[in-house]
Amino acid sequence: MSDAVSKTGRWIDLANPTRFLSVAGAALPWLGGLTVLVLAIGFWMSMNAPDDYQQGSTVKIMFIHVPFAWLSMMCYTIMSVAALGTLVWRHPLADVSAKAAAPIGAVFTALALITGSLWGKPMWGTWWVWDARLTSVFVLFLMYLGIIALTRAMDDPAKSAKATAILTLVGFINIPIIKFSVDWWNTLHQPASVLRMGGSTLDPSYLKPLLVMAIGFTLLFFTLHLMAMRNEIWRRRVTAMRRVAARSADRGTVS
Amino acid sequence: MGALFLRDVRLGLRAGGGALVGILFFLAVIAVVPFGVGPDLKLLARIGAAMLWIGALLATLLGLDRLFQADRDDGSLDLLIMASDRHMLALTILVKCLAHWIVSVLPLVIASPLLGLFMNMEAAAIGATALTLLVGTPAITLIGAVGAAVAVSLPRGGLLVSVIILPLTIPVLIFGVSASYGAVEDPAPFLAPFLILAAITLFFAVLGPIAAAAALRSSAD
Repeated sequence: MSDAVSKTGRWIDLANPTRFLSVAGAALPWLGGLTVLVLAIGFWMSMNAPDDYQQGSTVKIMFIHVPFAWLSMMCYTIMSVAALGTLVWRHPLADVSAKAAAPIGAVFTALALITGSLWGKPMWGTWWVWDARLTSVFVLFLMYLGIIALTRAMDDPAKSAKATAILTLVGFINIPIIKFSVDWWNTLHQPASVLRMGGSTLDPSYLKPLLVMAIGFTLLFFTLHLMAMRNEIWRRRVTAMRRVAARSADRGTVS
Repeated sequence: MGALFLRDVRLGLRAGGGALVGILFFLAVIAVVPFGVGPDLKLLARIGAAMLWIGALLATLLGLDRLFQADRDDGSLDLLIMASDRHMLALTILVKCLAHWIVSVLPLVIASPLLGLFMNMEAAAIGATALTLLVGTPAITLIGAVGAAVAVSLPRGGLLVSVIILPLTIPVLIFGVSASYGAVEDPAPFLAPFLILAAITLFFAVLGPIAAAAALRSSAD
């Protein structure tokens, strides 16, 4: 009971942008350092992973392609949770989080598509096929761009926050479709092999570097997300201060 | 609700002739296709159903930004939102969507058999395409209501509505076209994609108005 209270208390503490900024400022160097460390280890492990007997060294594209694809979905999920935060709990930082996450998620989705395309050319013999997984991820990319366009189209952040939140929640339908597209439809993209019932089908020599890389890129996402949120808060403060300055300057000339 | 429905239908039919523009746009899209792919009748017959669907989708998107814009301009949208303690706002939006669909989308469905003849399609394919359009286009209007409500306060929201709605309408397009092909080509099933299409329409009949109501409320205050 008391634990729950203190937990909600901490969430409310974070709602204060100033306190959030100080926490983020303290956490960022550690998070960034950890990200570099884990990514370096993951990079070293993936360079030392054995070549596949069929795919040769192209199998190593997996070590960046799979984390990008996971993160593109995780980022949208985080944005949906933030959208719920805007609409239901009215958390003041929720829309900052959603707005900051959208461009990062779009970049991760684009990177997943590009690395997948580079992997597809030697393996499938084509840069692009319109199968269910690729199409649904492409739709996810378009949705990110639509959300970014909507956030940038309105000048009042409070108003655009709610509109974007509603659009984000409606678009969340796509996430389960992406996740299960390889199981529902018989596609060229291989079915899930890491996270599935009955354990992973991946050999440990590939699984370990992949997991380390996934953790590294997740840390990278959170580092970038925190930095983007900090920038967004500062940008709003600058706008607010400019308005105050403009108003007081106006008053000064009149009197 | 009945009065609102009749009012919207009358407004749509009389003011500005938005319905006619939609049909003309549909006609123009279909007329452009043979110039683009060449007047090969066999090829046209094969892609006909898909082209009719794409034309109908684009023509539906074209008129969507008018769904709430006109009401916002003359202030009646605020009245509708204020009346939400007597009528559920989502229900109001559902009625408005229905009126919009009857005025500006149903003519497209009725015109589609004629355009199907232009594309040299078989009778069965024409019938199936018209039927899938009849069942599937309400879903596009209902998804579009969310986009129109989200972008209602923007000065030039028309293009933005199309951009943010298009990704969400892709499932409708996929199942509509596969059901139209399923009616003609032998191994492909007709009933399964058709039922999924109907399910999508019913699903968005619930989700669309609720989300649009939330967006309208937040744009009002």
